[in-house]
Amino acid sequence: MSAEPSAATGLAGALRQTAITALLTFGLLLPLVGFDTVQNIRNELVLETRWPLLFALVAVVAALRFLHLAVIAPRLADPARRPRVSIPDSLRTALARWGKPVTLGFVVIYPVLAILIAGTGAGKWIDNFGIQILIYVMLGWGLNVVVGLAGLLDLGYVAFYAIGAYTIALLGKNFDLSFWMMFPLAGALAAFWGILLGFPVLRLRGDYLAVVTLAFGEIIRMVLINWVPVTNGYAGIGAIPRPSLFGIPFTAGPEGFAARLGLEFSPVYRLIFLYYLLLGAVFLTAIVIDRLRRLPIGRAWEALREDEIACRSLGINTTTSKLTAFAIGAMFGGFAGAFFTARQGFISPESVNFSESAVILAIVVLGGMGSQVGVAIAAVAIIGGTELLRELEFLKLLFGAAFDPTQYRMLLFGFAMVLIIIWKPRGLIGTREPTVALKERKTISADMVREGHG
Amino acid sequence: MQQLPIFVQQLINGLTLGSIYGLIAIGYTLVFGIIGMVNFAHGDVFMISSFVALVGFLILTSWIGIGSVALALVIVLIVAMVLTALVNWTIERVAYRPLRGSFRLAPLISAIGMSIFLSNFVQVAQGPRNKSIPPTFNDMIVVMRGSGYDVTLSYKQIAIWIVTAVLLVAFWYLVSRTALGRAQRACEQDPKMAALVGIDVDRTISITFMIAAALAAVAGTLYLTFYGVVRFDDGFVPGVKAFTAAVLGGIGSLPGAVLGGLLIGLIETLWAEYVSSAYKDVAAFSILAIVMIFMPQGILGRPDVEKV
Repeated sequence: MSAEPSAATGLAGALRQTAITALLTFGLLLPLVGFDTVQNIRNELVLETRWPLLFALVAVVAALRFLHLAVIAPRLADPARRPRVSIPDSLRTALARWGKPVTLGFVVIYPVLAILIAGTGAGKWIDNFGIQILIYVMLGWGLNVVVGLAGLLDLGYVAFYAIGAYTIALLGKNFDLSFWMMFPLAGALAAFWGILLGFPVLRLRGDYLAVVTLAFGEIIRMVLINWVPVTNGYAGIGAIPRPSLFGIPFTAGPEGFAARLGLEFSPVYRLIFLYYLLLGAVFLTAIVIDRLRRLPIGRAWEALREDEIACRSLGINTTTSKLTAFAIGAMFGGFAGAFFTARQGFISPESVNFSESAVILAIVVLGGMGSQVGVAIAAVAIIGGTELLRELEFLKLLFGAAFDPTQYRMLLFGFAMVLIIIWKPRGLIGTREPTVALKERKTISADMVREGHG
Repeated sequence: MQQLPIFVQQLINGLTLGSIYGLIAIGYTLVFGIIGMVNFAHGDVFMISSFVALVGFLILTSWIGIGSVALALVIVLIVAMVLTALVNWTIERVAYRPLRGSFRLAPLISAIGMSIFLSNFVQVAQGPRNKSIPPTFNDMIVVMRGSGYDVTLSYKQIAIWIVTAVLLVAFWYLVSRTALGRAQRACEQDPKMAALVGIDVDRTISITFMIAAALAAVAGTLYLTFYGVVRFDDGFVPGVKAFTAAVLGGIGSLPGAVLGGLLIGLIETLWAEYVSSAYKDVAAFSILAIVMIFMPQGILGRPDVEKV
């Protein structure tokens, strides 16, 4: 595999490479796929073999490798035969003209569409797809301020999400406050913690910053797990107050929303309300962040991302720039956490582990750091895609009843993360257009810009 | 008085845990030293090696029926080292090499994806439950007799200490005295210049990853035989702690990595004994944050000079 495939090696070379790949795959998969460790009746660990599965996997990998070497690689190597994906101009102009209004229209009428198409099953589509994706869009945009704009890699972002969620849960439980009274507090507290974390890590950069923020996220999670008298540990907190519409709750009682309007009670009203609430909040987030980018502070963030030393030489206060980035990013994380409790009515440390941080970071990076649209698209693709895996019941017919597609959710996610970062290291929408330009505006392809420290 | 025997026992346990952290930490230090990247998936490589050792151990004891536990252990150790080195070679080849020269966060993000992939792969392939082996090799010596509490030191613990010490000396020699070590340091300083003077940079990096994995495999096998249990998500927390150890000792320094590992192991065990066992991980993570902020060059590391 070390030699690059070239036209000279031809089919024989491809076959040889494929054989090496197959052998390597066999060696890699032999211990963990070839053997399964199972507990027998006497509670001892015994081995079972899975040769068919092992050979099937090796065959699949070898076939893909051969396909790549014999068919795809020569095509890519030869400029004349390289397949060109060109978007026709008409489509491009149509996309530019109609893309925005059509998307906006779709997200606004989405619950209606869901009800029209799915009928009684609409709740699932509004909740698992609509509301959940919007929460992740918000989280993605919040983290985008820190990672995409200010260039500070934060691996513990989920801590702020946890702070927002637990603020709502604890205040609601202990002081009986309503959701709307606690909502601003959730954001404010998260921002406060963002600054608190920001201060000590001001001097750190790059990988070191990433690991310290990761440690911070883990510390918050461990405190949530172990501080049982307050947080109820692993069991979590349930029955958290949900948002109401000007004091009208979405409950089944006579005071409820459905009863007041003379409708039959259905949980779907609450979901629709929450969906539009979140949609409004997400639009607001987009506008706020878009405006912030044009303010001096937003430009300072982008300058910081490009080159911290140059930034300091120009007299930009890097301390305040970093702290505001942390605080504003954390605030949106806190708001998203508040909406998370509004959706679930329940929170436990399980919801705030490291893989959540990784998912949010993946959304930002794969979407294209700094690009709002890219982040939103990535959130739809990643969260929607992994949710869709739950819907793939037909795969059970293919692989047998024991096959559970949701088991493979994070496996595929990790794999996709590696693949996409290799395919497009700058994310799906990776062009970074400077907000300010001298004389003329040139589009700089982000791939050509060297990353500064930070 | 029970105070002293308990303290000595915790000291012994802490040094054992610390040796395992130290072995993993060497992997972080070597990789960070040569390509300046936190190999986020290293903890999961350690976990995988533990599973390879588990399977190897079961094959040898229940299928082939090797009577001598020591012999079985040595065979398992070698098999685990070879296979784990192969795994890490593949990971580097597939997930990190294409990103060399890309923007600096790209390899880290690829490593995070790899880490998620590896732990979930093991979860799918081997199931989410704890896997335990029957305790073996249980002889121990009583170091100190207290009133009703004996301080014990098992042969396994002695073996772990000796293995760690021997490997540290061997690899320290390899890195500081051999041609490979020179090539590694050259790649660390300037990969382009190293390539110009005839060093195969890709190959040197690949070997570094394989050495890191082999050391993680030693740690994984020792971890399995000493604690007797492993689970698919056992890579994450030891991984972060070992990284803490590498930073504490001074990243890039091999003796520093082991020293840091021993310190983290001791702090964790003593914290669990005297303060609170629930918050022992919080202690380790707090040390990580404090060290990085106030002493980023570590105990034995060189200060990092920023060049414009």
